[in-house]
Amino acid sequence: MNGAQILIESLKREGVEVLFGYPGGQVLQIFDKLYDSSLKLILVRHEQAAAHAADGYSRATGKVGVCLATSGPGATNLVTGIATAYMDSIPMVAITGQVKSFLIGNDAFQEADVTGITRPITKHNFLVKDARDLARIVREAFYIASSGRPGPVLIDIPSDVQVQETDFIWPETADIRSYKPTLFGHPGQIKKAIKMIAKSKKPVIYAGGGVIISNASVELREFAARIKAPVTMTLMGLGSFPMNDPMSLGMLGMHGTAYANHAIMSADLIIAVGARFDDRVTGKLDAFAPSAKIIHIDIDPSSISKNVKVDIPIVGDVKNVLGQLLEEIKKPGDTADWLETVKALKKKHPLKYDGKEKISPQYIIQAISEITNSQAIITTEVGQNQMWAAQWYNHIHPRSFITSGGLGTMGYGFPAAMGVKMAFPEKTVFDIAGDGSIQMNIQELATCVCNKINVKVAILNNGYLGMVRQWQELFYKRRYSHTCIYGPDFVKVAEAYGGVGIRVTKKEEVRPAIEKAIATDNVVFIDFQVEPEENVFPMVPAGEAIDKMIGGLA
Amino acid sequence: MKHTISVLVENKFGVLARVAGLFSARGYNIASLAVSETLDPSISYMTIVVDAKDEKILEQIKKQLNKLIDVISVTDFTKKEHVERELVLLKVECLSKDKPRLEKVLDKYVGKIIRCKDETAIIEAVGEQAQIKQLLEELAKFSIKELIRTGKIAISQ
Repeated sequence: MNGAQILIESLKREGVEVLFGYPGGQVLQIFDKLYDSSLKLILVRHEQAAAHAADGYSRATGKVGVCLATSGPGATNLVTGIATAYMDSIPMVAITGQVKSFLIGNDAFQEADVTGITRPITKHNFLVKDARDLARIVREAFYIASSGRPGPVLIDIPSDVQVQETDFIWPETADIRSYKPTLFGHPGQIKKAIKMIAKSKKPVIYAGGGVIISNASVELREFAARIKAPVTMTLMGLGSFPMNDPMSLGMLGMHGTAYANHAIMSADLIIAVGARFDDRVTGKLDAFAPSAKIIHIDIDPSSISKNVKVDIPIVGDVKNVLGQLLEEIKKPGDTADWLETVKALKKKHPLKYDGKEKISPQYIIQAISEITNSQAIITTEVGQNQMWAAQWYNHIHPRSFITSGGLGTMGYGFPAAMGVKMAFPEKTVFDIAGDGSIQMNIQELATCVCNKINVKVAILNNGYLGMVRQWQELFYKRRYSHTCIYGPDFVKVAEAYGGVGIRVTKKEEVRPAIEKAIATDNVVFIDFQVEPEENVFPMVPAGEAIDKMIGGLA
Repeated sequence: MKHTISVLVENKFGVLARVAGLFSARGYNIASLAVSETLDPSISYMTIVVDAKDEKILEQIKKQLNKLIDVISVTDFTKKEHVERELVLLKVECLSKDKPRLEKVLDKYVGKIIRCKDETAIIEAVGEQAQIKQLLEELAKFSIKELIRTGKIAISQ
C-alpha cells in the first residue's frame, strides 16, 4: 500500500465513517484514494468549517471527529477550528497535507510549518517522515485524542510520504511510555472527600464539560440525589444534569442564574466535577465561594489548583471517580435546610425578561425548546445568541448543547450543526445564531444543500454584534463603535444557495416559523427580526464577585 | 526564586520546541537550559532552571511539563538531594606577569587555564553556581573579555 492507502485503511480501523475536508495540491493522493473508498467525505466550502464540523460531530457522538485539508492555507484555515476543539477538550484528528519532505523548510509553494503553528493548540501533533510510521501514528493520534483529557491531534503528511509504498502493519494497541493518564481517583482522596461531604450542610455540585466528555451524567444524577446537593453547571456542562430537575440551579457565572451564583456564595462545600474554575465562572477569584471548602475532580492534574486553591483534589476520570464516591457514601446528606434555602433563592431570583414591542430573542429560544420538546440538538454561535440559548433552552440531555465555550469562536455553530446532523440525521438540529456570527461561515449553505444536511438556523437578527454592543452600552457610554453590522437579506441568501429562508417580524409568527422550519426537508434560515438593544441578564461585570450582578431583573 | 527541574523526554525532533513553547506561552522565564542524550539514546535529559515567583507557578510548570506527550518524567530538585554543576569558559586578559596570580585564584576553584596566547587566557571552570559566582567576582580584577556558561546540569543522589 502507499501512504495514502495506509491512512485511509487506518482511519477505517479506527471506526471513522465520515470526515470533513477540502482538497488541494498536497492531498491529491489522499483524495484519489478516497474516491474508491467507503469513507464519506463531506466537502465543505472553507476549511475552518471542516474543523468545526468534525468538532460538532465529536461533541454529539463522543467519537473522534476527523477533518482533512491541504498544506499551507488549507492547514492554517483549520487553525481556528483546532483551537476551538483544544479549549473545550474535544477529541479530534486533523489531517493535513504537507509539501514533499525534501522541500520542507524551503519556502515551497503552499508550505507552512503546520506542526509549529498548531503546537500550542493541539494536545499533540505529528509530522510523518516515513510511510512505515503512518499506521502507528494514526493509532497513537486517535488514542491520544480520545483518552485522558481529550483534545485535537494533528497529523501532517508530506505528499511524498503519501505515495511511498510499504507494508500495512496495524499495531494491536497504542502504547506510549510517556503518556499514562490517571483514570481512577486515589482511594485516600476518595475517603477524605467522603468525610468532607458528610460534614457539609450546604454543598453545591459545580459540573463542567468533563461530565459530558466522560459520559457521567447518570452517575452525576445519582451522586446529587445521594448527597442531596443542588447542581449548577458551566456553559460546557449544560445537559449533564437536567435543567428541569428541582435540584438544578442552571448555569452559574457571568450570565448564570442569580440563584446559582448566590448559592455558590453561601455554600460551605463546592464539589467541582470536570470543571476548571474559568474566569467567566468565578468572577473575582478572591471573592468566589468565600466560605466553602473545595473538592475538585478532574482528569487533568494541571487544572487543579490552577485558579483556586483546592482542599481535596481527586485526579481521575469523572465517571470512575463519581462511581468510587458512590460506592463509599454511607448515609444520605443532611442538607434539608439548605435545599429549602436554595428553593427560596430560585423563587426569589428567577430568570426573567421583559416582553418588548419587537420579538424578544429569549422567547424564540423558549419556543424552540417547547416545540422540539427539548429533544433537539442545539448548537450556537458566540455572543448573546449563545448566552440566551444557554439560559432559555431547557437542557435535559448531555451532548445536546454544542457551543464554543473556551475559545468563544464566532462562526462555530453552523458548521458544527452540520457535523451533528451527519451523526444524527433523524434529529432536529438547530443552530442559534446572531446576524454577525452567521456571516462568518455562511458559505456552508452550499455544503448543506449539496449534501442534504438539513440543519435549521435561527438567526436572532438585531443588526448588532449584540454582546459587544451590550458591553458598549453598559461600560462605554453607549458609544457603539463598529458594532452596528450590516447583513444581507438572509432569506434571499438561503434561497440563492438552494435552501429555504423564512423572515419573522412579529411575535405571533415565531412558533409557526419554527414549526415550518422543522417540517421542511431542507436547510432553513429563519431571520428573526428581534429587539435590537435587548441585553443578556443577569450579568456579572468583568472582575466582580459573582453575586454582584447587574440587570435589575434578577 | 530559581528552581532546578530535570525533564526526561523522548529524543525526537520538535520536543525541545514543545518544552520551550510551554514556557513562552505561559510567560515563564527559563534561566538556563541544558539538553543531552542519556545512556538510552531514545531519551534526552533536560536540566531547566526556572524563575518561579511562587510555589503555585512552579507546580503549574511541573504539571504542564508532565502533560506534554513526549515528556517521560519531571523531577524537581528544590527539595531533593542532588549534585549540580556548571561549566564556564572565559577569555581573560593575561599579561605574563599576572599569570601566577591568575593561577592562584583558579586553584581555589576547579578552574584552569586551557590556553594562553596573545595575552589572552582561555579558562575553564566547573562548579556549583555559587562557586562560579565567587570565581567570577574574583576574576573581575583581571578584565574578563568574554564569558560563556553551559547552564546548570543536575543529577539526583
